[in-house]
Amino acid sequence: MNRVKHFIKSFTFFELLKGLSVTGKYLFATKITVQYPEEKTPMSPRFRGLHALRRYANGEERCIACKLCEAVCPALAITIDSEEREDGTRRTTRYDIDLFKCIYCGFCEEACPVDSIVETHIFEYHFEEHGKQVMTKEKLLEIGDKYEAEIAANKQADAAYR
Amino acid sequence: MNEMIDNLLATGLEMWSWFPADWQTFLLILGKIVLILVPLMICVAYITYAERKIIGYMQIRIGPNRVGPRGWLQPIADAMKLLFKEVIIPTKSDKFLFLIAPVLSIMPALAAWAVIPFDRGMVLADVNAGLLYVLALTSIGVYGVIIAGWASNSKYAILSSLRVGAQIVAYEIAMGFALVGVLMASGSLNLGDIVEGQAGGISSWYIWPLLPLFFVYFISGVAETNRAPFDVAEGESEIVAGFHVEYSGMAFAVFFLAEYANIILISALTALMFLGGWLSPFEGFVGADHWLGASSLFWFFAKACIFAFCFLWFRATFPRYRYDQIMRLGWKVFIPVTIVWLFVEAVMVVAEVGPWAV
Amino acid sequence: MMITDFLFFAFAGVVIASALGVVASRNPVHSALFLVLTFFSCSAIWLMLEAEFLAITLVLVYVGAVMVLFLFVVMMLDINVAKMREGFVSYLPVGIVFAVLMLAVMVYVVGPVGPDVMGTAALDNAVRQAADYSNTEALGEVLYTDYVLAFEIAAVILLVAIIAAITLTLRRRPTTKYQTPGKQIKVKRDDRLKVIKSDAEVLK
Repeated sequence: MNRVKHFIKSFTFFELLKGLSVTGKYLFATKITVQYPEEKTPMSPRFRGLHALRRYANGEERCIACKLCEAVCPALAITIDSEEREDGTRRTTRYDIDLFKCIYCGFCEEACPVDSIVETHIFEYHFEEHGKQVMTKEKLLEIGDKYEAEIAANKQADAAYR
Repeated sequence: MNEMIDNLLATGLEMWSWFPADWQTFLLILGKIVLILVPLMICVAYITYAERKIIGYMQIRIGPNRVGPRGWLQPIADAMKLLFKEVIIPTKSDKFLFLIAPVLSIMPALAAWAVIPFDRGMVLADVNAGLLYVLALTSIGVYGVIIAGWASNSKYAILSSLRVGAQIVAYEIAMGFALVGVLMASGSLNLGDIVEGQAGGISSWYIWPLLPLFFVYFISGVAETNRAPFDVAEGESEIVAGFHVEYSGMAFAVFFLAEYANIILISALTALMFLGGWLSPFEGFVGADHWLGASSLFWFFAKACIFAFCFLWFRATFPRYRYDQIMRLGWKVFIPVTIVWLFVEAVMVVAEVGPWAV
Repeated sequence: MMITDFLFFAFAGVVIASALGVVASRNPVHSALFLVLTFFSCSAIWLMLEAEFLAITLVLVYVGAVMVLFLFVVMMLDINVAKMREGFVSYLPVGIVFAVLMLAVMVYVVGPVGPDVMGTAALDNAVRQAADYSNTEALGEVLYTDYVLAFEIAAVILLVAIIAAITLTLRRRPTTKYQTPGKQIKVKRDDRLKVIKSDAEVLK
């Protein structure tokens, strides 16, 4: 009996037609493609993109060169040198992130005791020359200054869940 | 204004008559060939676009939509890109055969169109053995693939050409037997006569009495053109790209032109032999003076489009057959089915049952 | 007449050149491809002789199927040409004798000298058929009436050959394990799996 059923099924193309009907149905389904440069998907406040170094409201840089981020970085992408400033505080003289090494895990952000190093929403960037992938302290601070409002808003939005 | 056109026509005619009679026929035939090939090439270009769009839609994507409005210029962009790419010839390859292989694969695909009638009397060469001619030409299309595979001097390529060789020879037989069924029904090898034999509306098309042969023919056609699910020749998950791994630029593009020209050819042939070609399906229901009832190029085109769509639909739906299953299907299923149905058909012809009662 | 003459000589030239190529080329694949070209040009000449059925069948059967299988085998060979050429000179005299003999026989049979065995003299006043004359139909009519017995016997011999070839090659080594895809697909859960009810036991 099973053999007969199998025979009839294969000679009437039963299974093939079933498959064709599935793809045929999807031909008329609503398409879900996002037209990227014009349309963008919504982004979580926790999104981890390009890094930035933040400042306090009075203009003082937050980073105290504790090197926790350097220690926690699984890709060894962060390099920090530090020395004592005239006013006796410890500050970085060098804060480099090699973006080719970075895996955007966000551990540096988690480790930072003063919320200095953060990852922003910026993900559309590129480098045109060799060596440009190393983000220096100046560049990171510049990004932080430019996007401070957005960074602060994201931190605020996420604060309730931490 | 009218005078000017008349003058131009007159001088044109005069210039035409300067040619000797032989040259005139030659030029006329050349003109007809161009008239068939140019639309064919446009169709080939746009079936690649249709394929990407339709398969995209079936995968809930949109498909190409960036080049030109809604992506309509995509095939032209593709062609330009391939034209300007370098044709790389592998060092240890057989250079002459390597370069002639794409030509050998597109030549039969285009030459077969010589006997395809588009409408009543609208055919380049109205030969008596049209069906045989088509069968012969589709069977030599395999040489391009085999030679390409061998001349590339690459392991993947030769594996692919071996697969193609065996596959095409197997399906050729089933295809030929299916055509014998059509031949028995129509009593003619002329494609025009075969279509005229199906006159009288949708019920007298050969697809109904020859239903199993129709399926065998169309599926064998899919296998002959090396399309999914029978595309073991390309088998990108097993042998990279098969016979055209080593090809680039225009040489590669010519293989693609051949593949799509073959798809359109098989679609057109199926439409001619089983769905009554240019005949209207509403013959007998609507008067012949109404456009729906009249037989026209439009019906032929519409029917061929249905089959071409099926090719794309199959590719979006079915996973690739395993090689031994392909051979099993060809030798152990299709050939016996066709032989049995030929026998049934012969009995029907003798008993004078069916629409073709002689 | 001019064009047909020109075409005839063009195709005849290709036939002879490619037939020489079959023998002379060093690579067996090239030889096979030259043979394909020979068949093809021959069929073109037959076409000009208004034997369209035979011409197309030649392409369909020999070019489309037989030579494909030929190439299939030849492509996988790794022939050492230098070794094959050894002793070529010592075989040459015998070869030349046979070649001359065959040439003589051919000239005797179809050529201008000797008795007209093939009736080639009649070719000069052969009838040109009307345009709607179907070569295929004419051939079929003779084949299935006058020569039906010979035709059927040939068919049976071929069938026997096919079956013999299959039986000779179809051997199953008992040590090799085969898959049967049909059975694999058809298998159900109950064929493989048996669920046994057993009471729970307490370990002591």
